[in-house]
Amino acid sequence: MTQSELPVLTKKDFESDQDVRWCPGCGDYSILAQTQKTMPTFGVAKEKIVFISGIGCSGRLPYYMNTYGFHTIHGRAATIATGLKAARPDLMVWVITGDGDALSIGGNHLIHAMRRNVDMKMIMFNNRIYGLTKGQASPTSPIGKKTKSTPLGTIETPIIPLNLVAAAEASFIARSVDTHSEHLQEMMQRAGEHSGAAFLEVLQNCNIFNDGAWRDFTDKSVKEDRMLVLKHGEPMIFGAERNKGIRLNGLQPEVVTIGENGITVADLWVHDETDPDATRTQILSRMWWPDFPVPVGVFRRVPRPTHDQLLVEQIEGAKAARAAKGPVDLQKLLASGETWTVE
Amino acid sequence: MTTPDSGAQHGTVTELDRVTIRFAGDSGDGMQLTGSQFTATTALFGNDVSTLPDYPAEIRAPAGSLPGVSGFQISFSSGDIHTPGDRPDVLVAMNPAALKVNLGDLVPGGAIIVNTDAFNDINLRKAGFAEDPLKNQSLQGYNLYEIPMSTMVAGACEGLGLSSKQVELTKNFFALGVMFWLYERSMAGTEKWIAEKFAGKDAIAEANRRALHAGYAFGETTEIFHTHYRVAAAHLPPGTYRNITGNEATALGFVMASKLAERDLFLASYPITPASDILHQLSSYKHLGIKTVQSEDEIAAIGAAVGAAYGGAMGMTTTSGPGMALKAEMLGLAVMVELPLVVVDVQRAGPSTGMPTKTEQGDLLMSMFGRNSDSPIPVIAPATPAECFTMAIEAWRIALHHMTPVVFLSDAFLATGAEPWSIPNVADLPSIKVENAPASDKPGFRPYQRDPETLARPWAVPGTPGLEHRIGGLEKLDELGTVSYDPDNHHRMNLLRAEKVARVARDIPPTEIYGDTTGDLLILGWGSTYGSIRSAVERLQSRGKRVSHAHLRYLNPLPTDLGEMLKNFKHVLMPELNAGQLRMLIRAKYLVDAVGFNLVRGKPFQIGEIEAKAESILGESVEAAK
Ligand SMILES: Cc1ncc(C[n+]2csc(CCOP(=O)(O)OP(=O)(O)O)c2C)c(N)n1
Ligand code: SF4
Ligand SMILES: [Mg+2]
Repeated sequence: MTQSELPVLTKKDFESDQDVRWCPGCGDYSILAQTQKTMPTFGVAKEKIVFISGIGCSGRLPYYMNTYGFHTIHGRAATIATGLKAARPDLMVWVITGDGDALSIGGNHLIHAMRRNVDMKMIMFNNRIYGLTKGQASPTSPIGKKTKSTPLGTIETPIIPLNLVAAAEASFIARSVDTHSEHLQEMMQRAGEHSGAAFLEVLQNCNIFNDGAWRDFTDKSVKEDRMLVLKHGEPMIFGAERNKGIRLNGLQPEVVTIGENGITVADLWVHDETDPDATRTQILSRMWWPDFPVPVGVFRRVPRPTHDQLLVEQIEGAKAARAAKGPVDLQKLLASGETWTVE
Repeated sequence: MTTPDSGAQHGTVTELDRVTIRFAGDSGDGMQLTGSQFTATTALFGNDVSTLPDYPAEIRAPAGSLPGVSGFQISFSSGDIHTPGDRPDVLVAMNPAALKVNLGDLVPGGAIIVNTDAFNDINLRKAGFAEDPLKNQSLQGYNLYEIPMSTMVAGACEGLGLSSKQVELTKNFFALGVMFWLYERSMAGTEKWIAEKFAGKDAIAEANRRALHAGYAFGETTEIFHTHYRVAAAHLPPGTYRNITGNEATALGFVMASKLAERDLFLASYPITPASDILHQLSSYKHLGIKTVQSEDEIAAIGAAVGAAYGGAMGMTTTSGPGMALKAEMLGLAVMVELPLVVVDVQRAGPSTGMPTKTEQGDLLMSMFGRNSDSPIPVIAPATPAECFTMAIEAWRIALHHMTPVVFLSDAFLATGAEPWSIPNVADLPSIKVENAPASDKPGFRPYQRDPETLARPWAVPGTPGLEHRIGGLEKLDELGTVSYDPDNHHRMNLLRAEKVARVARDIPPTEIYGDTTGDLLILGWGSTYGSIRSAVERLQSRGKRVSHAHLRYLNPLPTDLGEMLKNFKHVLMPELNAGQLRMLIRAKYLVDAVGFNLVRGKPFQIGEIEAKAESILGESVEAAK
């Protein structure tokens, strides 16, 4: 079927018949709704879309999507997506994961999926906690966080997920917030349109085990001042008054006020998603409230051949080179090397 | 195609039925190459051959040291043989360490050919010889041939402009030349190999060629060898043959399976000795459309294989014991989602890192049970290197027709050992094709609705309109495949998964028995012990003993005819290169008092060892009868 022949799908087409079983008030509901809303925009037939998840509260999402879905095992969704996409380049593959699933047990697979540029769109629900197992510290829990497994507070430094995937050569990096539905939809859409490994971190609220983990800067009342919405090609301006900005002083970002000390918009750091040097992506990823506004948006989007494209290219190249020498004869392949005949 | 030929020969000739040679030297001395060149030529000559490479796990242990000794044993014969020989008749020792490590295995009165140039003070000390064994009487019981190989190749390679170090590296070809002369072999195959291998490096090629010829000429012209030997061509069944190792046969078997199933083959693997060569070989078949990925670890490898299988490809992974341990959880997922998958475990000596290059059969129970909860998986095992080909196809036939992961248990001995293989006619091999579930415009697709005969579920591949569904590791509702925590459903699904695997037994060949179907002793084996057991049984039978041999290729489920078969023998002996893993299963299932014979030394059984064990059982039973 060509795209123009596809029936126009709606959010409803992507809703499965299964009852959604997250805790009432969980941020995952909004992520699911935005996912279902975004899917029709790609013009991809339902049967060509696959959702693969690991284990965690987030891992339940595929059950609620009326597409193909595979709820796998803890931390390994990326490995299954890697094989599926290699075998079936024609499919659109989404990976749903959590902060524990992707960064703890699945940390190794995450970095390798990114460096290989496997054409998968990975959405990581970051609630800074292990939700499904009822509230233990995760690799993104802040130092000092008291949980059931860290009653005196965790003594471990958290991972900055976007910094990690930038170091792993991810070709698309973005961040959004569960409740910022329009922005989240836009980020999902852009991740889906990217060819290659896309990593979208969604700051998600677990209202049962880690309520308000992001509230300090995502709350409606403060987000203008405490978050920075990245826009490609535009200077980094934030604040309710739109008078704050980020200036890059060498490799050091600084918060400045437009109009003070002679600072003008021309002095600000202009966001470039396509910056080939991931160093600046990493600087952005390390900016955090209260020292800085927390950036959301597309951090990085660089073109790079995907793993399945390169694999197919090698195979087609080898086939063509071989075809020039005549057709492949399996009988001859079996008889390669020296043979002898017994009469 | 080449026909057997033999080199021109002079001097007396002694006819022999079978000879076993061990080439041994430092791991930098090229002994594996020497051995495989001798094997190739010998197979081409028409002998039946069986080989046992034996090399250290370290690529280069300290030169001249005992752990650095690398060996290659080949047995060749004018008759049918099944093993690389218990003990070598001839030992080629390139240095004192090689002599020290291997001397104990040599048959009394056997021949030792040494490179005397390597017997200097330093090497003797490294090998732990208090005095030079060539100079005292310690080798009196053997035929010792002392050849200054380094000196000889230095002379032969004069004028080529090579460094003395480069020239020294050719001494293995000198040794090979000597052996070619001794056993009436042609140098043509090796000369061709040298020309190809060193194409563009004329001086090196010439040096190796000269070394080979110098060795041959040395045998012919010097008087230290009083005779040379003739091992006539074997009477193998008619056919076109090649020499093949287990890993090569395994890789080719998978290529063939993909052709016979008319489906893409996808391999993801993490390198590990002794399985890596399968990854290497399949990676070189890009022109056949085979996709391979070198994964970041063994979990990722099996994960990618499951993903490919989910997508409708023949997803598979290859590994050895330590990697197999890592794959357990994902194998459990494959059991739950009931996708076809082949996992190759080329077993090596363990536990843990163990002895990576040495053989063992220690992973059977891990393959059977090494997962959480009841999670049945078919397990099959080839018996010989060449048989890896057919069993690789079998693995896929079972996986595809029964929608199940399958474990293929090879081992280091099968993987690296070689034997002549009668190349099958591709056109004669039966199809193993299965169909995907067809597209549907009706709602209510049931991903766990089973085939009434095999209990296999449909292979509903993403991209198929109308079959959108969700699968996963959570327990499935019977037929519908949605998540279910219903207690009775879980029990039923557990039974269904077990029954599905049990029904594979309806789909496997009957167990062959070598010898009478009744008798005093049945020797029951599996995997690479085949050759030693068969040879021992041949010897016992020739002495009139009522001994038979059965060898299992299908370990789970066990063949349905096995229980009856066991009852027809007074005793059952089960030699295994483990502590008795299959025996535990057989005793549990059939309540027979099978006796174990278990050695884990990282090497195959010797024929004589099995023979002696069988004799002792038969003897005891005679005693008891009196
Ligand atoms: C091999 C394995 N180890 C442990 C678990 C238990 N487990 C399930 S989910 C989870 C953590 C999930 O945390 P996260 O990825 O942050 O997901 P969330 O529930 O917060 O969405 C753990 C430890 C498991 N299912 N499998
Ligand atoms: S435990 Fe937390 S993350 Fe999980 S469903 Fe409940 S609220 Fe959501
Ligand atoms: Mg979490």
